[in-house]
Amino acid sequence: MKVPLNWLNDYVDINVSPKEFADALTLSGSKVEGIEVQGEEISKVVVGKILSVEKHPDADKLQVTKVDIGSEIIQIVTGARNISVGDYIPVALHGSTLPGGKKITKGKLRGVESHGMMCSIAELELTKDDYPEAAEDGIFILDSDLPLGKDIKEVLGLNEKIVEFEITSNRPDCLSMVGIARETAVTFKTPLKKPEIKVKEEGDEASQYASVEIKDSDLCPRYAARIVKDVKIGPSPKWMKDRLKAAGVRPINNIVDITNYVMLELGQPMHAFDLENLQGKKIIVRRANDGEVIKTLDDQERKLDSSMLVIADAEKPVAVAGVMGGANSEVSETTKTILFESANFFGHSVRMTAKKLGMRTEASGRFEKGLDIENVVTAINRAVQLVEELGAGTVCKGVIDCYPIKNQPMNVNFRPEKINALLGTSIEAGEMVEIFKALELEVDEAGSSVKVPSFRPDIEREADLAEEVARFFGYNNIESTLLSGKSSTLGKKSFKQKVEDIVKNTMISCGMSETYTYSFTSPKVFDKINLPADSELRKAVVISNPLGEDYSIMRTTTIPDMLEVISRNYNRRIEEARLFEMSYIYIPESLPVDKLPTEKQVLTMGMYGNADFYDLKGVVEQLFQTLGISSYEFLPEKECLAFHPGRTAKILFNGQKVGMIGEIHPEVAENFEGPERTYVGVIEIEPLVSNANMTAKYRPLPKFPAVSRDIAMLVKDEVMVKQIEDIIKQRSSKILEEVKLFDVYKGKQVPEGMKSVAYSIAFRAEDRTLTDEEVNKVMEKILTGLKDNLGAQLRE
Amino acid sequence: MKEQLNSIKDQAEKELSGITSIQELENIRVKYLGKKGELTSVLRGMGALSAEERPIIGQLANEVRSFLEEKLEAAKNELVSKERTARLEKEVIDVTIPGKVKALGKKHPLSIVLDEIKDVFIGMGYEIAEGPEVELDYYNFEALNIPKNHPARDVQDTFYINENMVLRTQTSPVQVRVMEQKKPPIKIICPGRVYRSDAVDATHSPVFHQVEGLVVDKGVTMGDLIGTLQVFAKSLFGENTKIRLRPHHFPFTEPSAEVDVSCWTCGGNGCRVCKGEGWIEILGAGMVHPKVLENCGIDPEVYSGFAFGLGVERTAMGRFNIDDLRLLYENDIRFLKQF
Ligand SMILES: [Zn+2]
Repeated sequence: MKVPLNWLNDYVDINVSPKEFADALTLSGSKVEGIEVQGEEISKVVVGKILSVEKHPDADKLQVTKVDIGSEIIQIVTGARNISVGDYIPVALHGSTLPGGKKITKGKLRGVESHGMMCSIAELELTKDDYPEAAEDGIFILDSDLPLGKDIKEVLGLNEKIVEFEITSNRPDCLSMVGIARETAVTFKTPLKKPEIKVKEEGDEASQYASVEIKDSDLCPRYAARIVKDVKIGPSPKWMKDRLKAAGVRPINNIVDITNYVMLELGQPMHAFDLENLQGKKIIVRRANDGEVIKTLDDQERKLDSSMLVIADAEKPVAVAGVMGGANSEVSETTKTILFESANFFGHSVRMTAKKLGMRTEASGRFEKGLDIENVVTAINRAVQLVEELGAGTVCKGVIDCYPIKNQPMNVNFRPEKINALLGTSIEAGEMVEIFKALELEVDEAGSSVKVPSFRPDIEREADLAEEVARFFGYNNIESTLLSGKSSTLGKKSFKQKVEDIVKNTMISCGMSETYTYSFTSPKVFDKINLPADSELRKAVVISNPLGEDYSIMRTTTIPDMLEVISRNYNRRIEEARLFEMSYIYIPESLPVDKLPTEKQVLTMGMYGNADFYDLKGVVEQLFQTLGISSYEFLPEKECLAFHPGRTAKILFNGQKVGMIGEIHPEVAENFEGPERTYVGVIEIEPLVSNANMTAKYRPLPKFPAVSRDIAMLVKDEVMVKQIEDIIKQRSSKILEEVKLFDVYKGKQVPEGMKSVAYSIAFRAEDRTLTDEEVNKVMEKILTGLKDNLGAQLRE
Repeated sequence: MKEQLNSIKDQAEKELSGITSIQELENIRVKYLGKKGELTSVLRGMGALSAEERPIIGQLANEVRSFLEEKLEAAKNELVSKERTARLEKEVIDVTIPGKVKALGKKHPLSIVLDEIKDVFIGMGYEIAEGPEVELDYYNFEALNIPKNHPARDVQDTFYINENMVLRTQTSPVQVRVMEQKKPPIKIICPGRVYRSDAVDATHSPVFHQVEGLVVDKGVTMGDLIGTLQVFAKSLFGENTKIRLRPHHFPFTEPSAEVDVSCWTCGGNGCRVCKGEGWIEILGAGMVHPKVLENCGIDPEVYSGFAFGLGVERTAMGRFNIDDLRLLYENDIRFLKQF
């Protein structure tokens, strides 16, 4: 909402600078987006008249002119061709400034003195929109007979200071000069001067010219019309054009300008019909018939349906109610009689209609917020008053006012002590009443109830009154307190939240950096990770209005996102990266979704470059250790097609799969244009939380020494070290303290298909020093076990 | 014998002065003090001495022995220290070679800010509440005083799953879920991921994060809200931070406010970061709308509350001088490593 301050000054005295005005209004609830001072950068540019034009003696493309600027006659050299003797033109004098910080000084052009510059519209930062007749690339020829030497800003009406407001959706009343003036008046505690509306009527009753019928009063509770005859279409006066332009509305002709002027002044959109084109001289407000067509003012054919409200004559729609008029009843140069419309339409219906037709207009944007039903007649009277004042026609007697169900004003309870209790203030009841009065809220005699005016439907209950009090008392004048005396609560993280923190911190201490990726993705990623066609993971929650296919489903796996991040880094020539993310996957119970999906939190890890399977596994083991989880297993996983079948493990807690880690299948890596050796792991958070055990208990330090034995053996390649370790554990009873793998070797001296595995095994008893014989016996059992079960050959 | 002893003494002293290694020193020790050493053999000849001479020579021999022992010890110490000095000189390293670091990972800037916010509020007695991202329309809108045909629904550009299910556009539905389940006093923050159908650009993302706070109790005032936000702003942006409230409109609070903090770059004088305003908008806040309390079965005549919410991305961008929101979701490791 653009508010020219000179215009606003009609309704309220503003005695402060635009900046102070803007700050005060912002703090009382009308947020100022910006202040524009028209012609701010233009100085010392005046009206001049060309007295003579001669050729430059030394330059074909230049002309030497003499220009009368009132106080004197100056010489100006110009390259422009569109000037002639007698033209009135804007002259930038010596020492003048132009938009963009351009400075003009006198000087010599090819040896001939020039004391200024004639300006084009572009040089004054004006557009063809403002001055359609002005030359695109030549000097701006002004109207004749302007006072010579007069400041061009005054001539062009460029003295306006315009404040732009951002009005919240609950305050359509502030989308008007009077509305902003009211807020200004309350903010600065000065009187509001509403426009005085007096209509001079002549001749016949309007009702003899036309009739109005509302068929669907649920969508149109009020419709008022007035008739103007002997219409003289022409341009509006300069003051009106200047105001409209300053408010961002392009002047068209006196009638259209009046409807726009009233809309800006009072907030009520209006429309003017050429009465000659209304069949049966009738206005019928009704729902459109399905398939009915109207050509709107913008020359577009619009197909209507029965959810939309139209203004029709006896035969056809002549306007889409509250959105746009029809071309068939448009006011034109030849219009003789006009029917002015001022109506109230149901906001939601206007909004849906505008949305369906894809034509949100200034009018629809206002109606959809819900306008003041009592403003309808005020506005139409204001419009015809202006018609009469501007000499644009003769106003017929009377208003045709169709208002089937009268609006009932709302009463709201008012308890000053309750308002103070909510705000934490001690504002006098009298002060509150003053604020309400200035806002035109009527307080009853008992001072316990407030009657809300029809232009403030946002005020429904006491809390709304509290906001009005707070706005003008000043939000920032409320004393700040700290919930003192209220019940105290204990702030803490839940166990789950603590585990999440530990997971993150462990990842970070393992060199992994945290990522954030989007939770929606493309259904194409399933193929990219080789997911089988019948995989459950393909059943995803689908977004019905996504930003595009790439963002159309809620992810059921985080692997593609990790691969994309890795690929992005890799393709930016980053040699290595270690990454993790804590995020959710969204698993629907059934499709189509009728219950909220399960949101499963997962930890996703990824690494490439200078990393192998065991680096990733080490991170996971570190995590388990930190969380005090000891009963876990890594077993080969060959089924998941996204991964290398020989380099992938599933992770089990008590036999239950909780995640997997492994090397990405080369084909999948290729699909993502990522590095060939990429390692990714995914672990569910919930099992981590339920298995975490961080209650450490002290155990006495050992009193007796440990005995350590090293063994090395040859086993077949396919034997996994876990099998070896299981046998060592089984066979060594209680005295086993630690089994440490220290070498796995293949190559020289090891036969093909075999590998050498070496362990350091430590034994210790709590209550005695172990004897060699004791340990030897256990070692014997271990070795036999390894030999018998795994065919291990002991190496020396 | 006396002369013999004295000459041993002189000779040994002379030999000791020329040695360069522990081995030579050892040889000298053996030569004089060993079982077959010179001093030992002299002493062995003591039996042939007279009773008068014996104690005198004996004493002298002991003096020579302890003299030699002392000398040997001193020479040894000197040698050891020399050798150590030589070794230390040989072992000089280049201390400017980089140390051995086990590379740590980094927390994402959004997590850094989220964690700080959580810490501030936990310190003030808040708990952290969580709720689903795929949410029922009822919790995301209706319970929050945004009925089906409310214009705010258009403004929020919601992603729909179906007629009754949305991707939550705010974390406020968590507040409703908590209020439904818990009796006041309630003091929670709800951090989380939210969604709006904004195309991706330098300042917009269809996925972003919010933290909302909610306090409901008897006698909670707008002054309490202001005080709480002051503490929060100071903790997050520095002790000198000021806040400013501007009236605004949200369907779920009344009175409602937008909250600015004094610019973290210029401190309020106006600069490029705050577009010359001196203030930067970071929060929306207000007193919980009585209809919202009623929707959750809390009597607004008895209880009141305040709520506030802020965008984590915006805060992180301000804190770390990040000029393009997309960086936060690109996860370029060179970006991530900076925080
Ligand atoms: Zn600043």
